[in-house]
Amino acid sequence: MSRVNIVLALTLVVCALAVVQAQHRSRTYFIELERLKKEARALDEQWGQLQLEQSTWANPARVDAVARQQLGLLAPTPDRIHVETGVDLP
Amino acid sequence: MNYHSRKLLKLNLAPWRFATVAGLLLVGLTTVGARAFYLQGLHTDYLQGKGDAVANRNLTLPAHRGQVADRHGQLLAISTPVETLWARPADLKLTGAQRAQLADVLDLPLATLEKRLARRTRGEFNIKRPVTPEQAAKIAAMGAPGLVLRREFRRYYPAGDVAAHVVGFTNIDDVGQEGVERAYQDWLAGRAGERQIMRDRRGNVISDRAPIKTAQMGGNLALALDLKIQYLAHRELAAAIARHKAKGGSVVVLDAKTGEILALANQPNFNPNNRRDYEPGPMRNRAVIDTFEPGSTIKPFVAAAVLERGLYHPDSVIDTPETWRVASKLVRDVHPHPHMTVTEIIQKSSNVGAVKLAMTLTSQQYWDVLHRSGFGELPGSGFPGETAGRLRDAASWKPVEHATMAYGYGLSVSLLQLARAYMAFANDGEVMPLSFLKREPQEIVGERVFSPTVARQVRSMMEAVTQEGGTGLRTRVPGYRVAGKTGTAHKVVNGRYAPDRYLSSFVGMAPASNPRLIIGVVVDEPSDGVYYGGSVAGPVFAQVMAASLRQLGLPPDAPETATHMTQQMISRPKGGA
Repeated sequence: MSRVNIVLALTLVVCALAVVQAQHRSRTYFIELERLKKEARALDEQWGQLQLEQSTWANPARVDAVARQQLGLLAPTPDRIHVETGVDLP
Repeated sequence: MNYHSRKLLKLNLAPWRFATVAGLLLVGLTTVGARAFYLQGLHTDYLQGKGDAVANRNLTLPAHRGQVADRHGQLLAISTPVETLWARPADLKLTGAQRAQLADVLDLPLATLEKRLARRTRGEFNIKRPVTPEQAAKIAAMGAPGLVLRREFRRYYPAGDVAAHVVGFTNIDDVGQEGVERAYQDWLAGRAGERQIMRDRRGNVISDRAPIKTAQMGGNLALALDLKIQYLAHRELAAAIARHKAKGGSVVVLDAKTGEILALANQPNFNPNNRRDYEPGPMRNRAVIDTFEPGSTIKPFVAAAVLERGLYHPDSVIDTPETWRVASKLVRDVHPHPHMTVTEIIQKSSNVGAVKLAMTLTSQQYWDVLHRSGFGELPGSGFPGETAGRLRDAASWKPVEHATMAYGYGLSVSLLQLARAYMAFANDGEVMPLSFLKREPQEIVGERVFSPTVARQVRSMMEAVTQEGGTGLRTRVPGYRVAGKTGTAHKVVNGRYAPDRYLSSFVGMAPASNPRLIIGVVVDEPSDGVYYGGSVAGPVFAQVMAASLRQLGLPPDAPETATHMTQQMISRPKGGA
């Protein structure tokens, strides 16, 4: 009888410690999860800013100005365009 | 066992000592009990509140507004968080060195900064919005008391004024005010969520106290707009407005097969990123909201109406004297020819010819064709404030009105409406519903307006407009066949037609063998002496069309004209009317 009691008491202590351990781990993981969520949000915001930056650089008005003024590009005249129809006419 | 019987446990204590100890213990117990009762019983709400205030927090989960992009995913509007710098005057203590450093980081002259910081107000005030992320990091590193960095969402329009009228803008509360931002407000707006959490001493989140109400992010929109074509339309229109010293103008580019609005530009316009100089005039989307009398651009509908009833054939010859009287109105041709075919009436834009054709119809028949083509009806683009124009009931027409209606006076249309109506000619008689949003071809059901035969006949008449002897020589595009119609209308000023104020327009399509694009151009009051639709609006059309066709990579349907035409255009810079 008393031996059973001792075993039960020991089991109880072990279980109690396991609960404490589990609770602690749950908190740690939760904090980690929160941190990662925050990081995801920050990355999302950064992505938005990069998209904004990219579209600002790729703005057609800017591309037009750079192509004409800095690179000296020109639209090809029609006589310099050769159209391939893909069909050989007889 | 009896304790009293054991000798060892017998204590020889004076009774007062026992009484004192027992008394002290009792007093202590009572004090603790009373205190516990005081805290737990009487002050529990207050203390619980205090405790919760330390540990519990309600967080708002911010939801940002959806993005707006063009059909290829190029951004037109995006919300992104920015840091703003605020000062809390009560805590603000900056050393001279810190002030200098702050001025340096913010790239402001020290004097300006001093002036801003010197403001004495209750509460916080704004020093600079927005600051860049790099600046924010440096300011945070300074750790100066009283300087607060706040994060707020700001809407940016990377395309700026290029797509301003279509995209519109939001107000300071992130609510759409104009354009697509307003039309799709419910879809774009996000709904903020909420979380109730418990924190530990270090500020970490320990657990959720209630189920999370997740934030609903705003939906993204893909517009039908093609930013490159939009830019071309914007650029060419702005150049033409400047060249002809005009008051304003609009360009609309439609996909003839799907009814999608590929570009829509107006002048004057505005930059949605800079809302400080708010002026309602330039913000108006003229192409959709304003109406004008279409003038000669209505004539193809007259031709379609008479062809449809089998009254004439494209080659039927009609006597066209220089003037023609209908009731009290004398109709006049600027470039008279004694006889013209129906095709030539369209090609040379003869008023007399158009009136004679229209008079063979009853008013009800003519009204029916105009009504079917969408005049007097909302074009259905979903754009806020779009106008239906004006087309009065046929029963109320006087004969004079019936006649003037044949060359585009007495009814009013918007440019978008006019371009939409031309879709019937471009698309073998079928008009596709307009859309500002990108859509899949299979989800579109068109509306039949003319039979395919009539639509093709009118289209080839309109092709003659751009050929030798037509009014639209300057609308030609090297390598492609172009069909279209010029329009030059007098403006109404104080209830009368002003003899010297015009609206020049051109609506056309290409490649004419199987039109893919419809472009409508209208220029308001060109005032450098040139005012014919073919000379003012025509070149804008040609430039935008040429570039757009190239952009879409459509194969030329008249490659042999390319070199020949370029030489012509070079040798004759000022083309026909």
